[in-house]
Amino acid sequence: MDVQDLGSAFVAAMALVRHGDPDMLAILGLSLRVSLAALGIAALVGLPLGALLAVARFPGRRAVVVALNALMGLPPVVAGLMIYLLLSRSGPLGAWGLLFTPQAMVIAQAVLITPILAALSRQVLEALWEEYAETLRSFGAGPWRAVPTLLWDGRFALLTVLLAGFGRASAEVGAVILVGGNIEGATRTMTTAIALETSKGDLPLALALGLVLMVIVLGVNALAQLLRDAALRRAG
Amino acid sequence: MLPIEAEALSYAAGGVAILQDVSLRIEAGPPLLILGPNGAGKSVLLRLLHGLLRPGRGRITPEAPTRGAMVFQRPVLLRRSVGANIRYPLALAGLPWAERRRRAAAALEEVGLAALADRPARRLSGGEQQRLALARAAALAPPVLFLDEPCASLDPAATRAVEEIIAGIAARGTKIVMTTHDLGQARRLAGEVVFLHRGRVVEAGPARPFFNGPASAEAAAFLQGDLLW
Amino acid sequence: MVTRRWLPALLLCGIALPAWAQDRSITLASTTSTEQSGLFGHVLPIFARDTGITVRVVALGTGQALDVGRRGDADALLVHDQAAEERFVAEGHGGPRRQVMYNDFVLVGPGTDPAHIAETHDVAAALLRIAAARAPFISRGDRSGTHAAELRLWQQAGADPVTGRGQWYREVGQGMGPALNTAAAQNAYALTDRGTWLAFRNRQDLRILVAGDTRLLNQYGVLAVSPQRHPHVKAAEAQAFIGWITGPAGQAAIAGYRIHGEQLFFPNAGSPG
Repeated sequence: MDVQDLGSAFVAAMALVRHGDPDMLAILGLSLRVSLAALGIAALVGLPLGALLAVARFPGRRAVVVALNALMGLPPVVAGLMIYLLLSRSGPLGAWGLLFTPQAMVIAQAVLITPILAALSRQVLEALWEEYAETLRSFGAGPWRAVPTLLWDGRFALLTVLLAGFGRASAEVGAVILVGGNIEGATRTMTTAIALETSKGDLPLALALGLVLMVIVLGVNALAQLLRDAALRRAG
Repeated sequence: MLPIEAEALSYAAGGVAILQDVSLRIEAGPPLLILGPNGAGKSVLLRLLHGLLRPGRGRITPEAPTRGAMVFQRPVLLRRSVGANIRYPLALAGLPWAERRRRAAAALEEVGLAALADRPARRLSGGEQQRLALARAAALAPPVLFLDEPCASLDPAATRAVEEIIAGIAARGTKIVMTTHDLGQARRLAGEVVFLHRGRVVEAGPARPFFNGPASAEAAAFLQGDLLW
Repeated sequence: MVTRRWLPALLLCGIALPAWAQDRSITLASTTSTEQSGLFGHVLPIFARDTGITVRVVALGTGQALDVGRRGDADALLVHDQAAEERFVAEGHGGPRRQVMYNDFVLVGPGTDPAHIAETHDVAAALLRIAAARAPFISRGDRSGTHAAELRLWQQAGADPVTGRGQWYREVGQGMGPALNTAAAQNAYALTDRGTWLAFRNRQDLRILVAGDTRLLNQYGVLAVSPQRHPHVKAAEAQAFIGWITGPAGQAAIAGYRIHGEQLFFPNAGSPG
């Protein structure tokens, strides 16, 4: 890999985009669908969990928080291996027949980013709860009722949390290649395609795909930021 | 809800006694002002009466999770529109949608914020924020409204506006229980006075005799503007 | 039982994912060499056109591919380690084994050739020279078919590279491509199948130094996973694939795959295994 390769990677990336290479578009589409689906599932679980941990005081809460923070660093390959063993035909959930499907990749990414969403949203919402607690209690809202309020009033901060989760999900390769199998036309995502092209020694193409992925993730972030700013102007 | 009866309240935080053996009775009538130097325990007393804090000793009747409504020195407005801020506690109170709308509109009209109903609440000026907080509490139509130094960080014009709103709420039959360190404001608003010093009730009674001739040396010194501790 | 049906359905509904499972498709666990050389990209579309069956390839090392078969996670296997394949059949996981095609392994290394192996056509002699020179050698180290072949060649040469482990003998534990990337970066020798080598783009100073020794034959076999062990496998489709790839149409398709005019795989289903 040298400067020349970087240059040819850039040229290759431009060509991929300009010609709208259909294979790449399909892979890109699958990557986005899988990561967004994983984000949706992880958000349904992780954000309320984070909000609950922000407001609830119960014995063992600290242990849960520490465990969540530790799970944020769960190596993707370990998560992938556990899900592989669960979903394998010889595993407990083998009857579902989900191994080597996009659904398996959604599950793997959701498992990976749920702790991230929960831990980060807890941090964000704990600060908000500190500010809101007395006022909400004055209105007669206990911790349970505070959860939806915090999730709504913290929505702009939580958008950043969601983007962090999306970034991690879409950048992930170790788990999805294990449970998805990197099957062409079925479970090949941008990251597993990059891994494959790297294996084949086609480093410029691998880098070109990487550039495209980065631009897409950048675009998603920019779009989210725009939406946030627009909403912020209206709602404060 | 009224009368609220506090009997022999004591409250300590971190081993420091903040209130000792405080008894008082809140009855329907003109505003009750809780006066006293800084650190006398005024804010803690309000929180005990409202229900945000539990007394270490003593009891308050009627027993309830919270009594009445409260407005804080620095109001916490939700990250929502002005109108939504008023509707939120109404929804918690279980009022139907149409009634929430009606009350929110009326409350905003009363505090002069009707034109700003769709604005983000946290973009309002300090005075507007305090008026919104008052409207939000008043919309609940509470029998008693606790106000903790509501004008402490406001300029004179905003203070005047807030005082007018408070007088209006009191005139509609809501009992006002309020702390202030501003003696002029106390004179303008008070019907009754409780004077706290070092966590104890030193004097309690109608406002006029208190301001004209306080019974205790502490209150006399306080009214003259001496530093008390 | 309810949740077992309900949960995957939920996953499906919430997520607009494409119909990945065509009515007729099989999962084939195979090797990185067949996938990365581009053979499947050439052959499988022809099979799909002939039979309407889509083949979904999971490319792994041979050892891993056999494990996937043992767990019932694939319908058929196309791999290249005869001894391991026969063990798989003997253990009742599937079979019978049919031979499909062969190509050959080659020893690649830097143009400077510090162990002077280019002078010999004897792979055993070449390996002994590498060991004697303690010249860097990249091993797959991943239980793949190529790894098994490499260990067999060392044994036949009467050398034990494990003594050089961590020094000149370096096990990367990865696929053929990453192993070649490593060899290129470290100016090291490596054993590779010819198909992956021909498709490999990041050669830098690497070139073929030893080839053509009969001991470098790389034989591929195909097996169906046992439907007795794993009732869910698509036995009929798997048999259709095995019949096709070992039949005239499949064999012709394999022979027809070329890179730069060079044939990568040589069909030999007809000859005795």
